[in-house]
Amino acid sequence: MAHLPYPRPAGDFRVTYESDMTVFKTVAAHRWAIALAVIALALPQFADDAILSQMIMIGIFSIAALGLNVLVGYTGQISLGHAAFFGFGAFASAWLFSVTALPVLITIPLAGVMTTAVGMIFGIPAARLKGLYLAIATLASQFILEDFFARADWFTGGPYGALAETPSFFGILLDTDSTYFYLVLFWLVVSYLAVANLVRTRDGRAFIAVRDHYLSAEIMGINLTRYRVLSFGISSFFAGIGGALYGHYLGFVTGEAFNILLSIQFLAIIIIGGLGSITGPILGTVFILLLPQAMEFLAGGLAQVFPGIGHGVAYIKEMSIGAAIMLFLIFEPDGLIHRWRLMRASWKLFPFSH
Amino acid sequence: MNFELLFQLLINGLIVGMLYGVVAMCFVLIYKSTQVVNFAQGEFVVLGAWVCWASVMYMGLPFIPAFLFSLAFMTLFGILVQVVVLRPLIGEPVISVIMATIGLSIFMQALMNWVFGNNAERFPNVFGEGTVSIAGLNVETAYLVSLVLSVIVMAVFFWFFKKSRWGLAMRATAFNQQIAQSLGISVRQVFALAWAISALVSGIAGIVLGLVNAVSNSLAFIGIKVFPAVIVGGLDSIVGGVVGGIIIGVLENLAEFVDGQYLQVGNLFKVAPFYVLIVILMIRPYGLFGTKDIERV
Repeated sequence: MAHLPYPRPAGDFRVTYESDMTVFKTVAAHRWAIALAVIALALPQFADDAILSQMIMIGIFSIAALGLNVLVGYTGQISLGHAAFFGFGAFASAWLFSVTALPVLITIPLAGVMTTAVGMIFGIPAARLKGLYLAIATLASQFILEDFFARADWFTGGPYGALAETPSFFGILLDTDSTYFYLVLFWLVVSYLAVANLVRTRDGRAFIAVRDHYLSAEIMGINLTRYRVLSFGISSFFAGIGGALYGHYLGFVTGEAFNILLSIQFLAIIIIGGLGSITGPILGTVFILLLPQAMEFLAGGLAQVFPGIGHGVAYIKEMSIGAAIMLFLIFEPDGLIHRWRLMRASWKLFPFSH
Repeated sequence: MNFELLFQLLINGLIVGMLYGVVAMCFVLIYKSTQVVNFAQGEFVVLGAWVCWASVMYMGLPFIPAFLFSLAFMTLFGILVQVVVLRPLIGEPVISVIMATIGLSIFMQALMNWVFGNNAERFPNVFGEGTVSIAGLNVETAYLVSLVLSVIVMAVFFWFFKKSRWGLAMRATAFNQQIAQSLGISVRQVFALAWAISALVSGIAGIVLGLVNAVSNSLAFIGIKVFPAVIVGGLDSIVGGVVGGIIIGVLENLAEFVDGQYLQVGNLFKVAPFYVLIVILMIRPYGLFGTKDIERV
């Protein structure tokens, strides 16, 4: 992870440790955050349903990607099973509602907690492994959980899937895109702040130490097993929240949706966004979810010149994701966030670029 | 207890396991000599099968020239992939390399779906429909041919690494890249060669699979089945890959037997290898034949 100079306004010195650890590094960043929040709150009044449902999907996937980034970007563990945890969250929330009849707004975080437990169970074998072995172990957890979804009729409805209730907030049914948007926005902001704060704490620094050099970290007294399992748990929590929101948004959950391809998509999101950054996963989600549509548009244009392309649009969409992963790894391994920081730095330093 | 069925399934397991072993061997070859985990191995298998099928059906070649043509194609393809995708990533962290091959596998899968369609296509009959009776069991000729081909491939591999100059160079590179370089071995060429051989042999496995079943994109499942096989055998051991492949093949068929006769849970044979994988990773992560990784600081 490349470290860029972070240009600050002249005269803005950090003289205490606390002031260096603030979430918002500058006054401008703070104002931008408030402005973004206001825009987001006002958005459902202006945007139509197509855009809103796109935004909801981006929000849901961002939450899960934020979690995966704690595991991959900050702790340096690879997970090829994130979609399975995402799916577990979706089923867990639907199941909790049908068994306990608690309000959906409460079953969503409870589903997150249940997914945490499952993630930690699968994290235990993973705690001893690293690199490639870990990738394969998490691949196994993906297949085992997928098999569980198909088998556990009491929990998932088996091949028929499970119905997920529409959430309601003090009697207001969140059944339109514009109301559900606020629920997703709430969880996205909570997740963002939670992850941003997590990496400033003792545990967050321990994660980064494990990532940078696990032997040195262990020698410094960091309990590797504990932090690796903890990291799996935290990442699964956000996956569970994201999954629960996804399930309740669609209203219907089936196991096939949470396959290995979705796991790969989550990994693609954080790699394209930028590993080990907090805003990166959100940028990556926007990129990965909009890429197929951009490709459809592009292929539609090309089809007028080469008619053969018309029936291959579905394949072009899939290929574009694979190609995007490879191209980013070869040409921009630090992701979109790195590009953005470069742009910001050059703008701030203009016209003296050094 | 139905012994005849059990025996038949064990033979099936052995034959399928040999094919897993061949693909696992290719996987280990790439891992050992270039430290790259190839998640696109299954797609290599499918590509080989499709190219051979297309050259028989569309170019009108007889089977043997088509077979040779697809081997040449796969060799070039392997080199191309190494040079274009993997060479820029030398020295990058494990996750980047893994993701690059995953990206490659998605790309190839979609492309092959587009070009060759989603249907399973049969080869025109090459070996005939006959069955051969071995010790009272009926074995299809195609299975027998696949067994023989697997054994031949393994024997050639063995000879190549023990005796040939290039094989020695590859083993030296796998042992230590810097020392190999100082002895005048071109590590770049060795890397390209490893991918070329791996793609070629995967292609053979694909063609054999296509002959036995039919050519379809779902043959890529073998790329996933390879993981339990190589972990059981040990990631850096070619012999381990073969043994692991056979173990997984037999295990799958045993699971199917136990499932079908006693448990009736269905689909057990699909996940059983992954449970074994988790157990192996917990008790013996370096596998049966792999070298135990000792880190010195």
